[in-house]
Amino acid sequence: MEKVKKLVLSNIREISLILVIIILSIFVQYRSGGKFITVENISDLMTETAILAILSAGMMVVIITAGIDLSIGSVMALAGMVGTTVLKYNKSMPSVVIILIAMVIGTICGLINGTLVAKLKILPIIATLGMMNVFRGITYLISNGKWVMQADMTPQFMGIATGKLFGINNLVVMAMIIYGIAYIFMNYTRTGRKIYAVGNSEESARVSGIKTDKTIRLAYTIMGLVAGFAGILYVCKFAVAQGETAVGYEMNVIAACVLGGVSVSGGTGRVPGVLLGALLLGILNNAMPLIKISSFWQEAIRGLIILLSIIANSLIQRNVQAKALRRRNI
Amino acid sequence: MAKEFVKQAVRSDGSREIAAERQFSIKSFFMQWEWMLVAILLIINIINTCLSPNYANFNNIMNAMRDFLDKAIIVFPMAFVILLGEIDISVASIMALSSVLMGMAYQAGVPMPLAIGIALLVGTACGFINGIILVKFPELSSMIVTLSTQIIYRGIASILLETKSVGGFPSWFSQFGWGKVGTIPIILIFVIIEAAFFAYVLHYTKFGRRTYAMGNSVTVSRFSGIKTDHVKLIIFTVLGLFSGIAAVFLASKMGSVRPDVAKGYELDIIAMVVLGGVASSGGKGNILGTALAVLVIGFLRYGLGLVNVTSQVIMIIVGALLIIAVAIPNFRESIGKANWYIKLTSLVKQTNER
Repeated sequence: MEKVKKLVLSNIREISLILVIIILSIFVQYRSGGKFITVENISDLMTETAILAILSAGMMVVIITAGIDLSIGSVMALAGMVGTTVLKYNKSMPSVVIILIAMVIGTICGLINGTLVAKLKILPIIATLGMMNVFRGITYLISNGKWVMQADMTPQFMGIATGKLFGINNLVVMAMIIYGIAYIFMNYTRTGRKIYAVGNSEESARVSGIKTDKTIRLAYTIMGLVAGFAGILYVCKFAVAQGETAVGYEMNVIAACVLGGVSVSGGTGRVPGVLLGALLLGILNNAMPLIKISSFWQEAIRGLIILLSIIANSLIQRNVQAKALRRRNI
Repeated sequence: MAKEFVKQAVRSDGSREIAAERQFSIKSFFMQWEWMLVAILLIINIINTCLSPNYANFNNIMNAMRDFLDKAIIVFPMAFVILLGEIDISVASIMALSSVLMGMAYQAGVPMPLAIGIALLVGTACGFINGIILVKFPELSSMIVTLSTQIIYRGIASILLETKSVGGFPSWFSQFGWGKVGTIPIILIFVIIEAAFFAYVLHYTKFGRRTYAMGNSVTVSRFSGIKTDHVKLIIFTVLGLFSGIAAVFLASKMGSVRPDVAKGYELDIIAMVVLGGVASSGGKGNILGTALAVLVIGFLRYGLGLVNVTSQVIMIIVGALLIIAVAIPNFRESIGKANWYIKLTSLVKQTNER
């Protein structure tokens, strides 16, 4: 019994998220007249959420170091634009190379962000806010304001987003693989633990011999890599690359992380929680049209849910701390 | 020799730095960030004048200023917020919400002066909500709170007006944006008075000193008897109020309001404040620098527009400028700490001694 209690208490965030997801699903299922939990809709939902989930895994790494990356929407656009532009002029190029190009572009962007934050000690929000503009501007310059359309892409390339592996959409498979890697990386590798240490207290991490600069730079580079990868998938899924690709997408990703229990002050947050957070946000996005909430309401509702969840989060945190204090007194 | 020793001690101890700065010397006077801004401003204006012959004309410059002064209204209260070490990215959304509500009130038959009052009230309320959340939950970062209220405020604006726009304001209303007293635009006069007011509050009142103190350390300020919650709440509420005022000026300039008005303004506003030398970690900066930075970014945008630089390139330049402005002071510091620099200076010293 004690063990069960301990298990529940240590995973309270994940369990409450699962409960919220179940309650929400039942409610939406009831309100939409059985349109929500169908094989078709669930697979749609998974495919829609895959890219958000992939990005959330990267964003989690950055937020755990007590940073933030607002530039990912622009990095996605830039990587997607460069990748598809290369494809446009070299139709014979294999898709893997295109994806690699996008990932390299993303990594470079991430490295720039990381250097600005870790080496030049610019506040993450200012650095990435500035780079958001720079990357977006470069995207416009490369594309010259034109779109890369479906006709410019090869069927093989577009097959990445529509293809299936064992009956599951490729994007979902990729998201699952990335979450597997993220789980092992954050929990069982030295670098992963260093990232948590730096997020908890940069000063103590430095004193205990961690190269904090390098760790922080690595976190942003990982985010860039993931954003480049997600960018090319995004472009592939919507079969169009343009200057406005993924504008404001960073808000969704940050929201997923915050819902998943990643604290913006750094040091806390777990991979399963982030996955559930992304899933919850995906369900909300999918369910609101189903129960006929007008698209004008969706933004405000999403914002309200983020605000309430961070407030609830800090209330829970206070409660836990108060309990811990009381226990110490006895 | 003794003087050098003092300087060394000052560097390792931040609190004594201020005492050292008070000693007037010509070198430190000209090493101030504001002179850098003045130089940049002069360079920009000289280049602009060379590139287009009609630039250096009083009327043109006055018209150019009208383009960016609606942002300048928010810049000064935003400087206070950043001085606290906080940030508010919901200002553009507050502008959208208050201008939309003003438009709708006017459409519903409310007289225009009252509708303007509604806009100011809505702005103040939005700022107050931001402030009260941050005061009640000090462990939440202001960035994430205002990120979500940003979505909420603009979301409410688009619920109210969907994709429609409201216009047809009375003709006197356009005077806010377009009117002139003599040859000087009304909005410029407003901004100058506002800047003077904020400079007075920041540099000559207790409230201003408290703001600086809180930017350096909230905990220390609280223990030394400052009502930190009050100060924070007031600053965020005032920022909301001035976002409402900016919304009125913007609506007057554009003649109609839409829910997607002022999108992306927050970046320009934060860029202006940070370029003005306000440290983004709080506790450092002044109003004069901020005012100069407003002119720098404003004239930069105007000049680049004159020579047909596309808006995308301007986007890159403003983004890069924001980063460079923050990076330069940090860069000097990090070079000072770098191993090779210390080795080099000690080597130079050794050779000098020999």
